[in-house]
Amino acid sequence: MTWETVIGLETHVQLRTRSKMFCGCSTAFGAPPNTQVCPVCLGLPGALPVPNGAAIGLAVRAALALGCTVHPRSIFARKNYFYPDLPKGYQISQFDQPLATNGTLSFLSAERGVVNATIVRLHIEEDAGKSIHDRFAKATAVDLNRSGVPLIEIVGGPDLRSPAEARAYLQTLKQLLEYIGISDCDMEKGSLRVDANVSIRRAGETALNTRTEVKNINAFSFVEKALSVEHDRQIALVESGGTVTQQTMLYDAKENTVRPQRSKEESHDYRYFPEPDLPPLILTPEFVAEQQSELPELPAAKRDRFMASYALSREHATVVTSSRAVAEYYESVVRAGAEAQAAANWVMTEALADAKDHQEQLRVTPDALAKIVALVKGGTLSNQAAKKVFTEVAAKGGDPRTIAESLGLIQVADANVIEGWVTDVMADHPSEVERYKKGETKLMPFFVGQLMRKSKGKADPKLAQRVLEAKLSV
Amino acid sequence: MSDAKAVADRLAKVKRLNALLTPLKDLRKSLAAQSAAARPTGVLYGMPVVAKDNICTLEFTTSCGSRILEGYRSPYDATAIAKLKAAGAVIAGKTNCDEFAMGSSTEHSAYGRVLHPLDKTRVPGGSSGGSAALVGAGAVPAALGSETGGSVRQPASFCGVVGIKPTYGRVSRYGLVAFGSSLDQIGVFGRSVHDAARVLSVISGRDPRDATCEDRDPLRLPTVPESLQGFVVGLPREYFPPELDPAVRRACERAIRLMKEQGAAVREVSLPHTAYAVPTYYVIAPAEASSNLARFDGVRYGPRFNGSADVRALYRSTRGQGFGPEVRRRILVGTYVLSSGYYDAYYRRAQQMRALIAQDFRNVFDRGVDLLFTPTTPTPAFKAGEKLGDPIAMYLSDIFTVTANLAGLPAMSIPIGRVKGLPIGGQFIGQAFLEDEMLEAAYALERVVPAEDEA
Repeated sequence: MTWETVIGLETHVQLRTRSKMFCGCSTAFGAPPNTQVCPVCLGLPGALPVPNGAAIGLAVRAALALGCTVHPRSIFARKNYFYPDLPKGYQISQFDQPLATNGTLSFLSAERGVVNATIVRLHIEEDAGKSIHDRFAKATAVDLNRSGVPLIEIVGGPDLRSPAEARAYLQTLKQLLEYIGISDCDMEKGSLRVDANVSIRRAGETALNTRTEVKNINAFSFVEKALSVEHDRQIALVESGGTVTQQTMLYDAKENTVRPQRSKEESHDYRYFPEPDLPPLILTPEFVAEQQSELPELPAAKRDRFMASYALSREHATVVTSSRAVAEYYESVVRAGAEAQAAANWVMTEALADAKDHQEQLRVTPDALAKIVALVKGGTLSNQAAKKVFTEVAAKGGDPRTIAESLGLIQVADANVIEGWVTDVMADHPSEVERYKKGETKLMPFFVGQLMRKSKGKADPKLAQRVLEAKLSV
Repeated sequence: MSDAKAVADRLAKVKRLNALLTPLKDLRKSLAAQSAAARPTGVLYGMPVVAKDNICTLEFTTSCGSRILEGYRSPYDATAIAKLKAAGAVIAGKTNCDEFAMGSSTEHSAYGRVLHPLDKTRVPGGSSGGSAALVGAGAVPAALGSETGGSVRQPASFCGVVGIKPTYGRVSRYGLVAFGSSLDQIGVFGRSVHDAARVLSVISGRDPRDATCEDRDPLRLPTVPESLQGFVVGLPREYFPPELDPAVRRACERAIRLMKEQGAAVREVSLPHTAYAVPTYYVIAPAEASSNLARFDGVRYGPRFNGSADVRALYRSTRGQGFGPEVRRRILVGTYVLSSGYYDAYYRRAQQMRALIAQDFRNVFDRGVDLLFTPTTPTPAFKAGEKLGDPIAMYLSDIFTVTANLAGLPAMSIPIGRVKGLPIGGQFIGQAFLEDEMLEAAYALERVVPAEDEA
């Protein structure tokens, strides 16, 4: 019997603002506990929230990038529950009239190709503080630096069909949000958090079955694992005659298991009602247009343009546009005169590999990379030599040609010099010469290799082959 | 220094009212310091103003008349307090009130009831009873109170002083400990319309810390008008029911006659949804209160009762023992009406009714009525204990005042006579942000009404 998994993700994203959602406190990460707080985010008696316009602008940009309808009037609401790290006893969020609804996120599924996942809604809310259970024995400490930090919650529809799709969706979402610069999307710092609604059904069914909510997925690499564990659990449960009950499951990364959240930890009724301390959030068409104008070219559009303008394959265009920084780098290399496909090859291999080892820094300037590409194309450097030059430029900077010269890597294209090396190679390997002459022409790469070794990689390989062919056929 | 001493001495003389929560020793010390620091150029230079205990002050504790905030010191001044200080006023202590401003008699304070300044067997009204009693006793010229459903006007009426509740959004709520956020406004008491209006003018105006405070300049004080020529005063018939106390009716009729004599046109009008105001109020206010009071959990400030390792037990004991019975009752009602399954039947319907009540007023004002005149309360000050066992009877003492809060309109009470020595208040309800017109009418009536005479 085949089962289909149905997954919808709820993603919380911290907006990249300097101050909190409803007060002027800093949002900087890593400060000593309870040092970035004021009467408002401490929930002191008499304090009142005032919305952060910059946060609203970023939230609108996210909504526009996801193709949502941005509502000119939305309502802040209170979500009431008791918890020590929730200083007011309620979280200011949005409920029945959110900022934006009905968008789409297109992502590439390994199984189904391009999937257009629904974005049901996107709303603004404030973060809670942090309960720290392992700092003091028999006591919980509360750090309220995070209290009031601006978040958006992006609720995706039940449109994902496998844990792998969930991962692809999340990756695409993260890429989009990073592109538009509204968040650093760093899961380690908690600026991107994801909860998943998971249910299963028999292949072919269209109705949705009872779902569970999987929480505590706090690293990117856990998304697929946690969801696989939960879908395996549901299948095993149903196949053994049980039924799935609606509950919250907590993922344990160490054990790679899920366990039901204790009912005590759950709040059943949040008693949402409109936040009386805040007037309705009114967005003028001018404000929304301004946010739209702040949006850069989005990843999908950029990829399509790269395919059209630079004749890159879909795969290459996807890699080169994987992040805004890489895409901009690639275009700069091309603008600096590099041939488009060659530039893509260099960016996808050497540049990205080097960045991976060096805190995502693209260390070779676009100009220098364009020069390296040109040196290869002009026959001055072999591919192999060019890689050495790249490594050197990456580490120390400088002009590629000067470095190639100082390393003695400039390719030799002087037929006389090459002829001398060919003569030497033939003298060193008389039996291979004999065999070649008898028709064993597959030995050509052997001779080329020997010649490159003799020339310490400096011989122009094409010229070398031509000279070899001429000499061996005599 | 001598001024500071005189202020403290006057407050010491009425200690028996239990209206002031600030210990006199602390008060004397603070008054001396404040007087020395006060700006002589301020428009309220040297004026002592007491503030209800639910308004945050750097000086003195802010306990809201509750055990749960016993000894709590705010790290900041409410905007209204900061504006008073900037105008040269001195904060002459914090006044007793119903716990978290929930009540109409100031009997629901954890620190004991406040006595009526003229009759110790009676209540001063509430919830701002301490502020009203101190102004009524002549101990201070003006005081701050707060209103959610009449908590300034009703005690002003009982104590024979002027009480003003401004338009919602006229005065910043920053630093007013929230009860029903969509209804709450800081209000003022004064011996006269002018004293109250001066203080109101100072505390009014925009505040970037309160998103519900309108972006407007401070209220400009009107001049005392020569007459009421051109004023159209509406008398809503729902506010003069057959069972209205006869003396209250007589006092109102006399006031109406005096306004006519000054040239006002008087017109009977109707506000048909008035009967639903009290039930509407007692859904919305407790709903908001249940959420606003969630923060008092013993985790961050205020006393912890029976501190337990289990956080749920800590909540239960702190909130169970820290809040008094009236506050607990309203939290329970508010929690109930917001619960899923009951929200539509109660909270949503109450909001719809609130809109109809506000529309009633707009309809009347659209038809050329400038402001309304009504009794402030159905009866003069009642006996202590009289309504303590009957919450509904207590709630009905706000029957004429809650509408202005629901509609967000400015309203005020001024003394218009007495019955057996007890003051009677007449109420003006004005149009939104037209406090100046309301004050002009009040000035004109105040000038001619024999407020000390039996009605």
